[in-house]
Parts: sequence; structure tokens; C-alpha cells
Amino acid sequence: MIRDEEFETLPRKALEAIKLRRLQHLAERVYATVPFYKKAFDEKGVKPDDITSLEDLQNLPFTLKQDLRDNYPFGMFASPMEDVVRIHASSGTTGKPTVVGYTRQDIDTWSELMARTLAAAGTHKEDIVHNAYGYGLFTGGLGFHYGAERLGASVIPVSGGNTKRQVLLMKDFGPTVLTCTPSYALRLCEVAADEGVDFKSLKFRLGVCGAEPWSEHMRAEIENKLGIDAVDIYGLSEIMGPGVSVECVEAKQGLHVFEDHFIAEIIDPGTGEVLPYGEPGELVFTTLTKEAFPLIRYRTRDLSVLNPEPCKCGRTLVRMGRITGRSDDMLIIRGVNVFPSQIESVLMGRKDVAPYYMLIVDRKEHMDTLEAEIEINEEAFSDSVTDVHAVEEDIQKDIKDILGVSCKVRLVEPRTIQRSEGKAQRVIDKRKL
Amino acid sequence: MQVEQISVFLENRAGRLAEITRVLGEAGVSIRALSLADTSDFGILRLIVNDNDKAKAALKEHGFTVAITNVVAVEVEDRPGGLNHILEILSKDDINVEYMYAFVQHTGEDAVIIFRFDDIDSAVKILLDNNIKVLEGKTVYTL
Repeated sequence: MIRDEEFETLPRKALEAIKLRRLQHLAERVYATVPFYKKAFDEKGVKPDDITSLEDLQNLPFTLKQDLRDNYPFGMFASPMEDVVRIHASSGTTGKPTVVGYTRQDIDTWSELMARTLAAAGTHKEDIVHNAYGYGLFTGGLGFHYGAERLGASVIPVSGGNTKRQVLLMKDFGPTVLTCTPSYALRLCEVAADEGVDFKSLKFRLGVCGAEPWSEHMRAEIENKLGIDAVDIYGLSEIMGPGVSVECVEAKQGLHVFEDHFIAEIIDPGTGEVLPYGEPGELVFTTLTKEAFPLIRYRTRDLSVLNPEPCKCGRTLVRMGRITGRSDDMLIIRGVNVFPSQIESVLMGRKDVAPYYMLIVDRKEHMDTLEAEIEINEEAFSDSVTDVHAVEEDIQKDIKDILGVSCKVRLVEPRTIQRSEGKAQRVIDKRKL
Repeated sequence: MQVEQISVFLENRAGRLAEITRVLGEAGVSIRALSLADTSDFGILRLIVNDNDKAKAALKEHGFTVAITNVVAVEVEDRPGGLNHILEILSKDDINVEYMYAFVQHTGEDAVIIFRFDDIDSAVKILLDNNIKVLEGKTVYTL
């Protein structure tokens, strides 16, 4: 379902004209109001009125996460605090969180884009949305909440955690749309089973999952186990929160970027050069309509690819591929680039283990070592040590085929690897470099 | 002529073995014999207990990974060469022993050994043909 027929299906030419006009306006505004951007533009020797085509975006400076930290907490705001009505902050895994602000207009834009997102996923106003994204500083919970309300659906603001109670509410309230991280969707299904509730007997029709990278295998598992359509969404608090891009339920082939509000580029993470459509690299976003916290060419560190082909759903918006990893979470093991999501793709295809893993990276005698703890399934277990070893060796072989580096597999008891109720922590890097 | 053995997957973590024995104790299950196979990173605890259903249910309820395997309980004369006599019989017929362990309890004069074979039916037949006493499950569980 397309919520905004006009803007989501614009001919590319018309869309590009809108993007250019908005980009020119944005550049003028940040140059005048954010000291960081005045300095960054001046250092690059560019002026806002140098922008005469969308290609000129390539001449503008990047914004890095470190720049946001350096201007902590409110130094990047382009609106006075009297116009800011909301503050969010992203979970900073290292150091201070990243702080973002919204004006009333920003909240309105965000609500509308989240309504578009939920509609693209197949949500109607008759739906009941079980919103298990965390409420609070994290943008997930409130982003979905406002979008569901804007669409006219009924939202249950259940937030994350207290999984048993969530199962009770799911049984009693009969929600039809589940919004949560993909790993939490599987967790809910596990806990429901523990409580004697068959997830498929619930009324859920759709899952709108994001906030962490996941794979096609994981989608298949969620769809089979939960009996729903699961679509991928993308967003990050620096850019707005959820609602930057979403898959349509009709195709489930790439996430439509709401280009009338955000420009997406793919760059080579090493050189910073813009790559042509179809080539994988790091996603970079420019916000076109944000008031309080506009960003120029923000380097997300997320790895993806862009596809400008029109989609069968009718949208003309460019599609980004599923996030395949992080340019900074990327592990370099003995010189080979390793993305933890690749391990997941190996496990998802197997019946003898669960798709939960913890990677432990270490360095012994100047050699990197990679070890994966993986949960054994009962079907794979017998009284024989040889059988268990055979499973370990088989997975080791599969991982080596895909990663190109060897990884020691250690099977552990079921349900001993931490289930995340937010973003999953999948790597322990013990190397002291 | 077969005996059910319960196997439990064990990570090498302090206290994990004690958790199994506690769960079984609390469920009122009595352990008749056991052996622990260990590798550098996991172990398999093999148990003969007096009540398989109860043991299995209690262990599963506590999240343990459990498998059931059929093994053979053989009476062995408690004298020098007693075990060797049986192993010679098996070896003559190319019956491979995957592992074995002893019962603490005796049946009168004799010791009891648990054998795990690849080919359990042939093994039992050969033992019986050679007049070796193979114990029924119900005898073993209550030894």
C-alpha cells in the first residue's frame, strides 16, 4: 500500500529536481547556522551556492560520528532550543551517546515517514500494532508509535523486555502487526512456546523488523516460525530514527529510501569516493528536510548497495540492499575481512544448531584466532563424542568456505548465548593491538 | 535385552555437573551407573538411572540437552581375566565396542559392565550364544 502516491511514485526527473532544490536550501541553512559546517565548507573551499546540480553533493564534506561527539551535546543543532521539542540519543557503544534534536515540524515529518513505512509494510488503520521497540532515548519505540498513530492503527506501546508479559498481551489483545528487532521476534516466539502458546495461533500478519542487521535466512526463519510476512526497515537516530527506508511487502527486494527527505550515496569506505549504482560500499545520508539536526553526507558505516530500478510496487524511490555489515564492525582476521552476519547465514541453513552465536577473536603468538560459540540443537546430540565433533567440523568447513578464514567452532548448550532484547552483541574481540 | 542410557551434553563450565546431579536428586531419581566422556571443550555424561522418564523430563525442564541410547548390560565374572573373556568373544566376531563402563553394584558374585556397540543386535546374540549373561533393563535400573 502506498501512503503518499505523489511523492513515492514521482518520475525520477521530478524527484531529482525536488532533491536539488532541497539540497541547496539545506546547504545555505547549515552554512549559516551550524559553525561546524561553516568551517567544514570553508576548509573544502565550497560555498552553498556552488551547488548547481546533484553531482555537486560529492564536493561537500562528510560528517563523521566523531564530529557529532566533538559537538556533544547540542553543538550540531541548526535550530534554537526554543524550537526543539524532543531530544533522542543513540546508544553509544563507545564513549558518549550521540544526541539528536527535533522541532515540531521534524516530529511531524518523522511521523509521516513512519506512517509511509508501516503502510509499505502492509499495515492498515484497522491493525493493532504490538510495538516492542524500546521506548525512551532510543528512537525505535517512539518513532513507530507516532507513525502507527498517524496511520490510524491502534498501537500497544509495550516497549522491550518483560517477554512473558508480552506473550500474555499478544494472546489477549490480538495484535496483527509486530514491530521489533528480528532477534527479539524470534525470542518472543521461543518464550511463547515455553508458555504453551503457539505463535502461529496468534493474529499476527506482519512483522516490521530492523535496528540490527539480519539475513534472508533469518527472514525465512521468522516467517516460518511466526507465520507472518517480515519486512526489513532501516533508520538511524542521527538521520531521524526508523523511517529512512523500508521494504514493500509486495516485493521484499530492497528498502525504498524516502528520497524526497534523504539523499543516499554509496562510497568506498577507504577512499571516500562515490560509487556507481550497483556497487557495494558504505551508505552515506544527507537529510533534506530536517530542521533541528540536519546532516550533510553522514557516514553511517553500514554496508549496502543502491538499486534505482523501479519496483513492482509502483514506487520510483531508489532501493538500498539489506545491510550486510558495518565498515567499522568488520573484523579483520589474518588480513581477511569478516562480517559477523556471514556466520549467521551459515547457521541459518542448518538444523543441528540454533542461529545464535558469539564470535571470540583473540591473538595468540601473533596470529589472530577466531572462535564461534554456537548452540547445539537436541537433534544433533547423541551419546557419541564423535557425532558432536562431526557437527563441529562440518560447521567449521562451511564457515571456512564462506569466510575464507578458519574458525574454531565450539558447541554450547541450548539457550546459553545471550538473547538480546535490543541490538545483539555478537563479537568479543580480545585482541590487544 | 537392551538398557536405556541417558546422555547429557555438558559444556565445560564449573558447576554444570553438580547442576545435573542436583536436578536428578530433586526429582527423586537414583543414579545406578555413570561415565563421563570429556573433550577439551565439552563433555557427555552417560547415565543409567532407576527412572528414565522422570530423569529425562527433569533434565529437559532445566534446559539440558538429552539423548537416549540403547546399551547392553553384561554380567562379568569378578575374577582376573573375567572382562577379557567377554572382549575376546566380541573381538572374534568383529564386534566393535564404542565405549564401556562399570557398574558400582554387583549382582551377587559378578560385576556388571555397560557396553555401547555399533551393532547392538549382533552383539547381544553373540554374547548369549557364548553363555554370557546379559541383563534386562528392569533388572539393571533397580540394581
